[in-house]
Amino acid sequence: MPLLEIKNLKLDFLSNGQKLRVIDDVSLTIGAGETVCLVGESGCGKTVTALSIAQLLPSPPAQYPAGEILLQKKDVLKMSKAELRSIRGGVVSYVFQEPGASLNPVVRIGSQLKEMLKLHRPKDASNTEVLRLLKLVGLSAPESRMKNYPFEMSGGMQQRVMIAIALAAQPKLLIADEPTTALDVTIQSQILELLRNLKREFKMALLLITHNLGIVGEMADRVAVMYAGQIVELAPALELLRRPLHPYTKALIESVPKLADTRRELAAIPGAVPSPGKFPPGCRFYPRCPSARPECATRMPDLAKFEDERWVRCLYAK
Amino acid sequence: MTLLDIVNLRVHYPVRSGLLGRPRNYVRAVDDVSFSIESGETLGLVGESGCGKTTLARAIVRLIKPTSGTIQFEGTDISKVSKKELCSLRRRFQMIFQDPYSSLNPRMTVGEIIKEPIAIHRLAPKGEPSDRRVGELLAAVGLEPAHAQRFPDEFSGGQRQRVGIARALAVSPKLIVCDEPVSALDVSVQAQIINLLKALQQTAQIAYLFIAHDLAVVEHMSSRIMVMYLGKIVELGVAKDIVSTPRHPYTQALISAVPVLDPETKRKKILLPGDVPSPIHPPAGCPFHTRCPIAQFPRCQAEVPTLREVIPGHWAACHFA
Repeated sequence: MPLLEIKNLKLDFLSNGQKLRVIDDVSLTIGAGETVCLVGESGCGKTVTALSIAQLLPSPPAQYPAGEILLQKKDVLKMSKAELRSIRGGVVSYVFQEPGASLNPVVRIGSQLKEMLKLHRPKDASNTEVLRLLKLVGLSAPESRMKNYPFEMSGGMQQRVMIAIALAAQPKLLIADEPTTALDVTIQSQILELLRNLKREFKMALLLITHNLGIVGEMADRVAVMYAGQIVELAPALELLRRPLHPYTKALIESVPKLADTRRELAAIPGAVPSPGKFPPGCRFYPRCPSARPECATRMPDLAKFEDERWVRCLYAK
Repeated sequence: MTLLDIVNLRVHYPVRSGLLGRPRNYVRAVDDVSFSIESGETLGLVGESGCGKTTLARAIVRLIKPTSGTIQFEGTDISKVSKKELCSLRRRFQMIFQDPYSSLNPRMTVGEIIKEPIAIHRLAPKGEPSDRRVGELLAAVGLEPAHAQRFPDEFSGGQRQRVGIARALAVSPKLIVCDEPVSALDVSVQAQIINLLKALQQTAQIAYLFIAHDLAVVEHMSSRIMVMYLGKIVELGVAKDIVSTPRHPYTQALISAVPVLDPETKRKKILLPGDVPSPIHPPAGCPFHTRCPIAQFPRCQAEVPTLREVIPGHWAACHFA
């Protein structure tokens, strides 16, 4: 039984009396202790998918016309406020892109951590536990750092604090939304290493959202590639990177320069990512697809099983 | 031919206490930097945030006045010229900015944006820049002449960056300073802009100073690469040598930190401890010694390494390079 099972989820945003469908028929499972990467470009729906798991989108404008999000077999879309409060942080925790914007700027970081402990583990809400957590995430000089305000720390240190807060209640699933995008490469590799170690130590599942395929290669067990509100390919990481089936995945991999790459020209994808409300009919990648055929313009493909553990949303995948 | 020659350039920002207080300290954003760019070549510049790469870029096009040092552009020292002379010299060097949203005036049409530099430099034969010229420039960057009537907010990020490039091209410059031109773009669009910049260079013989934090992107674009750390150049050499055989331990760590697609080809990771120190109080001796895996004491703490030619054409600022 998987830890998380998203089934045929649809999500609409209401704006000016109009319904914009931002997620369309997304299905995804995450097993206990597994690392799944959600990959895609801006506006593809990866962040709203992640935020839906703990019901963090305000409603309105968010509306779920169909689908289920089963977390430990219970549908979060049907949970009461009290139930939601206990799973937020308790079962699912988040780490976001901008640590500076996620931390409260006027509260010392030690107190912010303790707040989380008071809510989920009131018996352990002590300075000793705060210190233990800060040490766990590798913050140097935690004794003095716990009295710091967020602005007194670098981005990398702030992200470590965010991770400590997210881990405080020992969640089963950690959702990290572009956790290293705002950080420099050397700091990024510190944070990725930390996430890998913590995951192993606590046997936590990790849903990692990124646009960086290199990070997928280093972290993921399985990958879901999103485009225009849909999952277009789902596969074990290594197989997807070596033998992508969907033309979008293929194009995405070929469009990034790699170190010691000998190509003179990159294989760019023409056009731009469509925004919600402007998704084309039929296959959504059709207008930019190098191998599109007339049928693609009218028929929307399903996410179909291609072979063991591999799923692809393309009429002509091969 | 050498297009740009920079010697001992320093840009120091005063850190003041209070509103009118005397400067107590200086941020050494660019500290004693010397290098040159040949005409038609691309020099890549990499480094982490706060290393001084944007300050250096802005000093070169004189958006910031350098504290000391010289910037010779086609033989003229532009670090000391008057505002009027500078204005006419700017025709020869242009800049493309990181954020395609804030670098275009939202109240001007794309046509007006592109005509402005042509008018300022009086490059149009009859005084008024023609729509035909605008159409040509838009076509050169992969947009349509009809786009001239539209406003920036009607375009996607990649298209706006194309407008920014057309604006820079309008005055036929010899050097374009590109400050993180693809960092704000989606992966699939990044490649379009990279290919466009390369193609334009081929046809118009423009030199680029290409700044990015993504080493793979910089390697793809550049003939030579320069690595900065805390306001100083730590390594400079031919792009493929820098990537295949980096000499400076910082460059080695930077390269090992780039996540790789295929886990089978995984390089050994060099994890650097801690963060980049403050450029207000840079460490004594080698600026990198606080995080360096091969630092030896007391030498690295006492002696500032000079940028020396380790093998012909490959420079590194490390005692042990």
